[in-house]
Amino acid sequence: MFKNKFYLILFLLLPIIAKAELTVEVVGGAAQQIPIAIVPFSVQASPTQIAQDNISTVIGADLRLSGLFRVLETRGVTSQPHALSEVKYSDWASIQGQALTIGTVESLPGNRLKISFRLLDVLKQNQLLAMEFNITPAQQRATAHRIADMIYEKLTGEKGVFATRITYVNKENGRYSLQVADADGFNAQTVVSSKEPLISPSWSPDGTKLAYVSFEKKKPVIFVQSLVSGQRIVLANFKGNNSAPTWSPDGTKLAIVLTYSANSQIYVINADGTGLQQISFSNGIDTEPEWSPDGASIYFTSNRGGGPQIYRMLASGGDAKRVTFEGAYNVSPHLSTDGKLMTFIKQTPAGFKVAVQDLATGQVQTLSDTSQDESPSFAPNGRMILYATSIGGKGSLAAVSVDGRVKQRLKDTGGDVREPSWGSSQN
Amino acid sequence: MKKSILMSVLLAATLAACSNNAVKEKPAAPVVDSSKSSQVSQPIASAKDDVATTVPGSKNEVVVNPLKDPNNILSKRSVYFDFDKDEVKAEFRPLVEAHANYLVTNPNAKVIFQGNADARGSREYNLSLGQRRSVAVKKAVNVLGAQDKQIETISYGEEKAKECKDETCYQQDRRVDIVYENE
Repeated sequence: MFKNKFYLILFLLLPIIAKAELTVEVVGGAAQQIPIAIVPFSVQASPTQIAQDNISTVIGADLRLSGLFRVLETRGVTSQPHALSEVKYSDWASIQGQALTIGTVESLPGNRLKISFRLLDVLKQNQLLAMEFNITPAQQRATAHRIADMIYEKLTGEKGVFATRITYVNKENGRYSLQVADADGFNAQTVVSSKEPLISPSWSPDGTKLAYVSFEKKKPVIFVQSLVSGQRIVLANFKGNNSAPTWSPDGTKLAIVLTYSANSQIYVINADGTGLQQISFSNGIDTEPEWSPDGASIYFTSNRGGGPQIYRMLASGGDAKRVTFEGAYNVSPHLSTDGKLMTFIKQTPAGFKVAVQDLATGQVQTLSDTSQDESPSFAPNGRMILYATSIGGKGSLAAVSVDGRVKQRLKDTGGDVREPSWGSSQN
Repeated sequence: MKKSILMSVLLAATLAACSNNAVKEKPAAPVVDSSKSSQVSQPIASAKDDVATTVPGSKNEVVVNPLKDPNNILSKRSVYFDFDKDEVKAEFRPLVEAHANYLVTNPNAKVIFQGNADARGSREYNLSLGQRRSVAVKKAVNVLGAQDKQIETISYGEEKAKECKDETCYQQDRRVDIVYENE
């Protein structure tokens, strides 16, 4: 059987882990994890076309990362099916599998690949999903993430986020670089780099642009950069500090913070840099504006009442209502896409931690087990929160599930990583 | 907590001692006495220059630049703040007054107040807090007669903060640095 040869190649490849900018370690897991077996995909293509990680490895890593799946060891199982006809359900039931994924990678003319996969229900012995992709060799990881998303959605009922992207700032050898990477930390690309600090990257809703703050002009100035063309414009370079940009949900405007009147206040500006309008008027610090998903309100951090707390006002301005009441220091609001939850950083006796507040009930839960947390943002499906923390004296990225059960550390190989933001599901 | 209070008291005492000594030992070298500063406008040798160099008529005698003279309070360049606060504490009044007087007597002198915050909490909030701190120092010298055109305020937020493990270290990062033009 020709397939045996491919097994051999597969087993040789499996222990080799591609050099990643970030590697992820999962701590804890959901109470009820779905046991899934993912048989290494058979490969019928030239080794030069094949990515270092088998598609099945990437799918397995994604599902494991979510904390909702227990990925079963498949090597001890006698049958190693790739086609539906080869599946012996009893083999997978015997290792307590509930779901089984099989698939193939085949070479197509014109240096393309055909990826086929099936998701099977072991207990009901039927097929849940079957899909084929015609891709370039460079799209293998992206395709694996899409397959993981499809499996995740089929089995949990929620949208997956493995095919989305994150952005963060990496400080290494005295240089700051704004990077964009896949949600698993792989495939990192530098968007801009500078020897002066870069902070506060914000995704445009369609995922094609980043707004960010650069100190390259020796003071904070807001830029908007296209991820498609690489072109960038100065969005705001007014007297004083220009910072904290966030896009309106329709992508036409940004809320920004200026110290034009000496004190940090919130303004709204069109995405082309025209039509500046001040919307907050206080004697304290008003910063970190965050739009509600319907675009009607802006949540923000203000110390108008003494210490920093989170407030809400209409996007057109006007009176602000206080939103956080527990503790003396609550900052950095970010809303889930359904607008029901707000994550933020809360100072507790044990340090600065990621917390989540139910906006309807006001109930607050502290989630993280780290103590120097900053910059939390929801995954597009609202299930995980990505944030920056300090581990061993160095900035690292971490993620925690909204119920606090699943915790992940994204360990980088070199730099000091900070200011993460999770992109929308559209990018 | 007690320790940190003790540390701040000690630090305050030390700083106060330093400033007192400086004032006593070198009563305002080329700088006009603070008690007269706001009214007095008679030209003095160093008024034309931001940096005092030599006294006219005595070519060989070098006058120490008061801004650099370690015995002069003007060589002290940092105002420290409490966590999440932007009030200039009483212990830094002599330092702020000395710089205000320098700016008044040297109207061509220009200064930048660079606000900083410790690394805890949010970068954006800390950027704003650093700005508030630099503006607080500006207001304090404005009140004593320094002009707006002499002063620029900027904030680095927590971007220049050190990697800290304790309050003594964090305290060093919560400050406004006073930097004169061409320094």
